Amino acid sequence: MERQPIVSLKEVTKRFDDVVAVDSLSLDIYQGEFLTLLGPSGCGKTTVLRLIAGFETLTSGEIYMNGARLNGTPPNKRNVNTVFQSYALFPHMNVFDNIAFGLRMKKCEEGLVRRQVGEALEIVKMSGLENRMPHQLSGGQQQRVAMARAIVNKPQVLLLDEPLSALDYRLRQEMEIELKRIHRQLGITFVFVTHDQEEAISMSDRIAVMNRGAIEQVGTPIEIYEEPENMFVARFVGEINVFDGVVREVNNGGATVEIQGRLFPVQNRKNLGPGRAVKVLLRPEDIQVAIEGEWTEGEPYLAGSVEEVIYKGKTVDLVVRLDNKESINVTQFFNEDQENVIYREGQRVHVNWLYGWEVVLPS
Amino acid sequence: MSRVFRWVYLGLIYAFLYVPIAVLVVYSFNSSKYSTNWQGFTLKWYGQLVSDSPLREAFVNSLVIAFASSVCATILGTLAAFAFYRYRFVGRKVLYTFIYIVMMSPDIVMGISLLMFFVTLGLATGALTLLIAHITFCLPFVVVTVYSRISGLDRSIIDVAKDLGANEMQVFRHVVMPLLMPAIIAGWLLSFTLSLDDVVVSFFTTGPSFDILPLRIYSMVRLGIKPEINALSTVMFALSLVTVTVAHLVTKEKT
Repeated sequence: MERQPIVSLKEVTKRFDDVVAVDSLSLDIYQGEFLTLLGPSGCGKTTVLRLIAGFETLTSGEIYMNGARLNGTPPNKRNVNTVFQSYALFPHMNVFDNIAFGLRMKKCEEGLVRRQVGEALEIVKMSGLENRMPHQLSGGQQQRVAMARAIVNKPQVLLLDEPLSALDYRLRQEMEIELKRIHRQLGITFVFVTHDQEEAISMSDRIAVMNRGAIEQVGTPIEIYEEPENMFVARFVGEINVFDGVVREVNNGGATVEIQGRLFPVQNRKNLGPGRAVKVLLRPEDIQVAIEGEWTEGEPYLAGSVEEVIYKGKTVDLVVRLDNKESINVTQFFNEDQENVIYREGQRVHVNWLYGWEVVLPS
Repeated sequence: MSRVFRWVYLGLIYAFLYVPIAVLVVYSFNSSKYSTNWQGFTLKWYGQLVSDSPLREAFVNSLVIAFASSVCATILGTLAAFAFYRYRFVGRKVLYTFIYIVMMSPDIVMGISLLMFFVTLGLATGALTLLIAHITFCLPFVVVTVYSRISGLDRSIIDVAKDLGANEMQVFRHVVMPLLMPAIIAGWLLSFTLSLDDVVVSFFTTGPSFDILPLRIYSMVRLGIKPEINALSTVMFALSLVTVTVAHLVTKEKT
């Protein structure tokens, strides 16, 4: 990936009356990447997209595209195109005319229009449906037409505003793969907005997690999932268990943290000093469970009892009520030496985790 | 049993609505000068209608006013509806309610107020004042018809069009206008019929120099109902039937 930002947001702020939708946000978007803006509804992610597209005007800050300042340029003069959540196909035009709209506005000659619309239809695998009207298409097909209508203009950046949220689960998964394929095939930059963390993790090169108009963390899906920088990111992306603890001892690169009266060795990336209150975060799949009495040689553990056993096919999920009444979620994968569900409700268990799998954040 | 009852019930309602009109249509073909007894089929009243030149002139005047006022009302009303949809301004809801108030207010109030207005301005009543009056009472109907359709439009459609490179004019021409066409046509037809058969407002706002059909008929019936008027009413009824049917077909059309 070439390290030259194609779109650059510098301290961008957007205020609607008294509400600050985007608060002094800076972000570089690079040529060819698939960047996802992830966040809960109302966090300003769609506003960022609309600012890049030019539908909203900045309250303050700058947006650059290819190094040129973009403030005030109307949407019809920007080399970006948008795929909307509602698809917003023109209901009075057939598929062909919908896709041709952008080219015709640019006064392309009709032969070129026909060729390029044909190519776009091929990319989204909708060839042969040129004469259908939007209301004759399924949700997935409308989605594809909306994609084709945007990419036919060969934008440098394609903005996608929750394009999959209206589709059912199976179709959404299919379209995720399709979107990735189209992204690879076109090699252009995709800026994707979603509130669905699974979607973000499975599709993106980079994710920017947003909250209250600001970016909480930018990173690859692995970084976001494995090393959340703060509690918001940790809680928003995936399920997570939080243990309150206090740092008792610091040794080179590591620390010992007291949780519920027991001492656990952890990695200390943030160099937190002794006495510091911390939160120790663990993904459900990173927690180990053993039935009481089977536990191995003297490792620290937390004791509790199984409250619920949820068989999920690939995994079995447990809700464990610890002895201090907190409940945690644990996901166990099936493997060769453990092919059956061996847990029962009410069973006494011990839980712990491997050193280094935890994330430690200051409280 | 209940099915029979349903049809009888429905039949009675429609009889109530349409028997008087049917009687009128039938008597327009009656050769007797007096409407009360049937004396055989004739088309002579329709013939007399054509040869009655003041009546013909009033008819043409009516058509001209109806056409001109409905076109003006449609243009103004469509733009107003678009403004209500597109822009957020203080007092928007209040203004929209005012549109309804004009629509609901009694014709007699409107007629008198318009007359007062024209007198205050020093305008002599005639074709011009009549035209203004008709535009006034047709306008709200267009606004309401067009607005009800435009408010159902997905706003992102306009954003999409701009995103794809269309400027404001192109957005209106290629996207908004075609989508609103059924409502615009329906609003226009509604205005046309309203203007064509208005008596009360016209009575106050036109002068002796400019006679229109409804007023002409009104003055004719004061001397008793002539079969000629039956024929004329039949023609007008047919005309509204055609307009309503066209309006219905147009608004039903899939877009």
